[in-house]
Amino acid sequence: MSTDDAHDPKFGEYGGQFVPEALMPAIEELADAYERYVLENEDGFMDEFRSRLADFGGRPTPLQYADQLSERYDTDVYLKREDLLHGGAHKLNNALGQVLLAKYMGKERIIAETGAGQHGTATAMAAAHLDMPCEIYMGETDIARQRPNVFRMKINGSEVVPVTVGRGTLKEAISETMREWATTVENTHYVIGSVVGPHPFPKMVRDFQSVISEEARKQAIEQTGGLPTDVVACAGGGSNTMGAFAEFVEDEDVALHAVEAGGSSLQVDEDEGVAPNSATLSTGDEGVLHGARTKLLQDSDGQIMESHSVSAGLDYAGVGPELAHLVDEDRVRPVTVDDDIALEAFHRLSQDEGIIPALETAHAFGYLEKYHDDLGDTVVVNVSGRGDKDLETVIEETTKRDLDIAPDMSILQRMGGSGL
Amino acid sequence: MGLESAFGDEPAFVPYLAAGDPNYEDSLAYVEALAAGGADAIELGLPFSEPIAEGTTIQNAIVRALESGMTVERFFEFVEDLDVDVPLVCMTYYNLIYQYGDAEGPRPFVERAADVGLEGFVVPDLPAEEAGPLRDACDEFGLDLVFIVAPTTTSERLERMREQVSGYVYVQARLGVTGARDDVDDATEESLARIADWDVPKAVGFGIKTGDHAERIVGAGADGVIVGSALVDIVAEGYENGDATDEVAGRLEALARELKAGALRGAQERPQPERT
Repeated sequence: MSTDDAHDPKFGEYGGQFVPEALMPAIEELADAYERYVLENEDGFMDEFRSRLADFGGRPTPLQYADQLSERYDTDVYLKREDLLHGGAHKLNNALGQVLLAKYMGKERIIAETGAGQHGTATAMAAAHLDMPCEIYMGETDIARQRPNVFRMKINGSEVVPVTVGRGTLKEAISETMREWATTVENTHYVIGSVVGPHPFPKMVRDFQSVISEEARKQAIEQTGGLPTDVVACAGGGSNTMGAFAEFVEDEDVALHAVEAGGSSLQVDEDEGVAPNSATLSTGDEGVLHGARTKLLQDSDGQIMESHSVSAGLDYAGVGPELAHLVDEDRVRPVTVDDDIALEAFHRLSQDEGIIPALETAHAFGYLEKYHDDLGDTVVVNVSGRGDKDLETVIEETTKRDLDIAPDMSILQRMGGSGL
Repeated sequence: MGLESAFGDEPAFVPYLAAGDPNYEDSLAYVEALAAGGADAIELGLPFSEPIAEGTTIQNAIVRALESGMTVERFFEFVEDLDVDVPLVCMTYYNLIYQYGDAEGPRPFVERAADVGLEGFVVPDLPAEEAGPLRDACDEFGLDLVFIVAPTTTSERLERMREQVSGYVYVQARLGVTGARDDVDDATEESLARIADWDVPKAVGFGIKTGDHAERIVGAGADGVIVGSALVDIVAEGYENGDATDEVAGRLEALARELKAGALRGAQERPQPERT
């Protein structure tokens, strides 16, 4: 658990509680519950959380030595296998924590937003596991491109509510869920999916996710006799990033690399309000979005840009306020990896290590390929999720690009359609 | 002029429209129609791409306004171009105010707003805790800062708002986001009772759509009614049907008259306050 002041809604200049008045009592109630149950383990909350993470989630996840990558980059590469967590991504750490907290708070209903569908599926699983009714708000563009996750949420018994405003992606889904919460705060908890939003969400989500770095730190010491030189994680909103970094922040010799989606270009189209990337930490400016002051992709007026990435889970115009702060403090180094390099890295990890990563995660491995000369001799990469959900996108995007590394998929055309 | 001047001896009618919905020219005509229909002050929405406090009706208005080219600078021109003689309030989200200011915080935005003749601000995502810099800038330029009181607002938070509010207090009639509804909520009366001794006028908004509705809200003790979605609905319908600008303006003016008349009836029903 981090040692910062739980009462302070800020990380330096970032963070805060920029929300409509109707939501204020809800986030004040939540801040109180966070302090009592999460930080002080009242009623044994954290004990039950950790026990359910083990039994239901399958923790701890391994820290695995990656033979082929270590040889390729001539450095020891270790993989923190969050893809092996129940549901196939790190998202369950947070979803299970928040749904359980909602139960301790006496709430009767769960709502959540989802972009790629990973947080939605994790919340749907946690809600089914803990017997809570659950509604997931999802942009209609994302519903179309993440169909398998829509099925999973519905199969777990959750309602999926389409969000049709704007471009129909994550930022619209977050706005819509906040609106819904403003109507139902008295009996409903909003399970936010990342280290974003008003205080206490960024701290609370970080604390639920910090089990990743707590384990990885201990495992690294056990397996290598010391701390790693580098920790690498992809960054969209930043929940796996903060989860992988939190327990290393005080270890000043450990370099922390946040890999953002460079998309197709780092240039922005101000007239169209489009940033063809999601590189908020690397290129964004300070502003206020979704309840927090943080770094944003925005035009000169302050209108929020439409972000783009081949990876739906990184496709967000904001970022967690704590990450923005750690970047300003030079504690976290933000870097970008574009769509092409991420796709190549997806195939490389699949072929060399037998692990099909999420496209989000593939960005972290793209960074390894591009910049391994800058890294030290023991590198931990957070494998934030597995890539089953992305197969359709990967086949389509790979075919478009004619990547040398990609397998020959023509067999599917001969069989008539992808069949996925 | 000051926003409080809109609340004289009779209850005030305060309509809302998003500036630039569905386009700059029509929007000017629509806002002027509201003034002609008896508006005592007008809330002008400066559209922000992520309006988290708005329901579907106003979200769509904001999308139309942004798509037709509304920007912060165009908004200020819009205010200058308006031919109305009632106080104008800018309703927007903090990021736009903040970005205009850059390193100076909200001061440049407020200075420009004062320059074009705006009288105050409503900023739904700026709680009293974060409002210090905007409050200071408003004081410097003589503008008002309106706060929204929700049914769930705690007494502690009420005190914080009371210290900073000026112009009027916006009483949110019910939980949730903006949007027209039929009934009057108990929460409205409770909220009005909780702030009865504040020395700023109390205007109730969220969900008011008819003259009868306005009558009951004023009858319950409000000093004014704020109406947004019911008016925006008229703009949206006119836009979808391709109706002529003056027809839509006529409908807006008619509803404005109905709402103002309802508010006046409401004032007669309640026990006369100790006004001289």
